[in-house]
Amino acid sequence: MAGGQQTTSLRTYALTRLGLALPMVLILLTMVFLLLRVAPGDPITAALGGRLPPEQLEERREAAGYNRSLAVQYLEYLGNVATLDFGETIVDNRPVTRVITQNGAATLELTVVALFVALLVGIGVGLVSGRYRDTPVDVAGRLFGILIYAAPVFFLGFLAQLVFAQWLGWFPTSGRASPVTSYDLDTPTNLFLVDSLIALDFSAFSDVLSHLVLPAVTLGLVTGGVFIRLIRVNVLQTLQGDYIEAARARGLSERTVMWHHAFRNALVPVITVVGLQVALLLGGAVLTEQTFNWPGIGSELIRYLNNRDYIAIQGIITFFALVVVIVSLLIDLLNAWVDPRVRY
Amino acid sequence: MSVLSARDLRVWYGTSRGPVRAVDGISLEINAGETLGLVGESGCGKSTLGRSILGLLPRGAVIDGELLYDGQNLTELSQRDFRRLRGPEIGLIFQEPMTRLNPLMRISDHFKETLEAHESSLTDEEIRRRSLDALGGMGIPPTRFRQYPHEFSGGMRQRIMIALTLVLRPKLLIADEPTTALDVLVEAQILQILGDLKKNADTALLLITHNLGIVAESCERVAVMYAGQIVEEGAARTVFSQPAHPYTSELLRSIISLKTTELHYIPGAPPDLADPPNACRFHPRCPYAMQVCTAKDPIEVRAETGQRVLCWLHGPEEEIPPGGKAPLEREAIAVAEEA
Ligand SMILES: Nc1ncnc2c1ncn2[C@@H]1O[C@H](COP(=O)(O)OP(=O)(O)OP(=O)(O)O)[C@@H](O)[C@H]1O
Ligand code: SF4
Ligand SMILES: [Mg+2]
Repeated sequence: MAGGQQTTSLRTYALTRLGLALPMVLILLTMVFLLLRVAPGDPITAALGGRLPPEQLEERREAAGYNRSLAVQYLEYLGNVATLDFGETIVDNRPVTRVITQNGAATLELTVVALFVALLVGIGVGLVSGRYRDTPVDVAGRLFGILIYAAPVFFLGFLAQLVFAQWLGWFPTSGRASPVTSYDLDTPTNLFLVDSLIALDFSAFSDVLSHLVLPAVTLGLVTGGVFIRLIRVNVLQTLQGDYIEAARARGLSERTVMWHHAFRNALVPVITVVGLQVALLLGGAVLTEQTFNWPGIGSELIRYLNNRDYIAIQGIITFFALVVVIVSLLIDLLNAWVDPRVRY
Repeated sequence: MSVLSARDLRVWYGTSRGPVRAVDGISLEINAGETLGLVGESGCGKSTLGRSILGLLPRGAVIDGELLYDGQNLTELSQRDFRRLRGPEIGLIFQEPMTRLNPLMRISDHFKETLEAHESSLTDEEIRRRSLDALGGMGIPPTRFRQYPHEFSGGMRQRIMIALTLVLRPKLLIADEPTTALDVLVEAQILQILGDLKKNADTALLLITHNLGIVAESCERVAVMYAGQIVEEGAARTVFSQPAHPYTSELLRSIISLKTTELHYIPGAPPDLADPPNACRFHPRCPYAMQVCTAKDPIEVRAETGQRVLCWLHGPEEEIPPGGKAPLEREAIAVAEEA
């Protein structure tokens, strides 16, 4: 049957794509390792050199294994990544895994909500702008898109803090939760929204949510500007499409033509761009986290960079690389699922 | 009985170079159950005429004149009312089939949305049966009903497009160069299908093409179009054996010479419709051009052989000014135009 054939081909595609992801991971890991190790000296010396007497420094280096050959260290690194063990930070002896799960969760919460805002704004404004091309609505939508795209994250962030936190007092200026909530809330997932729901603690939930609004909307708007442009252009392009004219020639209602033919087809390329945006979103998150004092992994990365803690840096960057690979894998699978042509 | 009649129909495209007069005063009738061929060189306005009948002109196009279908003047119809005609009353098959189906939708979904748009009372089972019947008639087996467009060849996609048009049983079918993009074997197959259609239902067919061979094989009547105008129209047999308009003769010579392998093409280029030649549009390329042809618009007359023709060679005599029949000096025009 045709239906069976479809699913098989989707499965074949998924397996092939998964197989291709492995060499990609290996290449990325090798690059991370090389970039961080070609620098002269070793992590311990870089972080603690000058602060410890030479004998102690030598002891720490031996203990960490930095006097072995690079090849051995490389293999050990790969093995560690495979077992998800990224070592301990030098400056504050935290397992990097904990940095990733705790601060990473804060970033994840921020970026996911921001992406949601970005898609909501981008798709909404983009579709309407494209559909009502060259009308005042379109002009307003395009202007809005350019403004939020061009505005630097921290400027938009400060503006939001000034207006909605200082003047109107609707939301807190910074942080992830008020002290009471942070103290009371059990955080098994480190995603505070999820945790407060699990605990059925709705006052905590609304507290967490109100802390999340400003940073997520700021980051979401900056990212959404790209989507507005992209989606508007896609809608204009699909509306020129031959199958749109054919659909009209069959007497379909304008609503069906728009929703089933124009909008749906215009949104497919957005999936790919969302994938690319995730890398950008992580970058934007670093800035947003700084502006809103958000205890995310971006803030931590900057702190460890300032302290030249190469173990922490290597661990966090490795994690970023893995995230990018996984996201691109998911995006490709999603594309294949939505667009039958990709599978062949 | 005529299904559709156009009277002095005009369609202009607004462009930066001024209006492009793609359809410039056309009068034409299509009768129930007949096949009318519309021939003419590329760019003479054939597709524009076809689209205007379905109200599918792009933004910036202006339509004027009368286009009577079932007692309504289509040039004044709202898009809302047009929607109800498109499909069940008037169907359109396009020139290039490759891009006419939505790549993200299964063939079955195309049929479903089309039938649902016009016959909302149909059950899923009826939709399925009607669709499979229409596809079966085009030789597409039921096993392929749920496949996606990219899984079909060009010829198959065109047959699917035809099935998608016929499933609504239109009274008038406009086929705009339905085989131009396809190879010769598939072309024969599709013409066969369109021919059968005529026998089974009393669907009227407007067959647009630049291929005179196709018209000779499948049309009772033919209209020859040049630069936005119908220059000759009549029974296909007469037009082919005794062409009245010099442009028709030249067109015929160009296919006959293909058979004798001696190349004949009509000298000169098709006119620019933003700035067409004055009076007779064909005079710069016409071997019989006379003085009157550059001075006065030709008037439609009936040739002795019965076809309508737009050419001073057939009169009316009383409208031709004295000396108007003197042959046109080509050099004289060239100089005059440069001046
Ligand atoms: N959207 C448009 N805007 C401006 N001019 C147009 C537009 N569509 C067509 N034209 C012009 O109108 C004229 C007639 O075009 P049309 O497509 O009707 O010709 P055609 O006879 O179907 O040609 P072909 O055999 O190549 O399909 C051409 O000169 C073309 O350049
Ligand atoms: S009117 Fe004159 S120029 Fe035009 S086709 Fe007839 S003879 Fe030729
Ligand atoms: Mg055409």
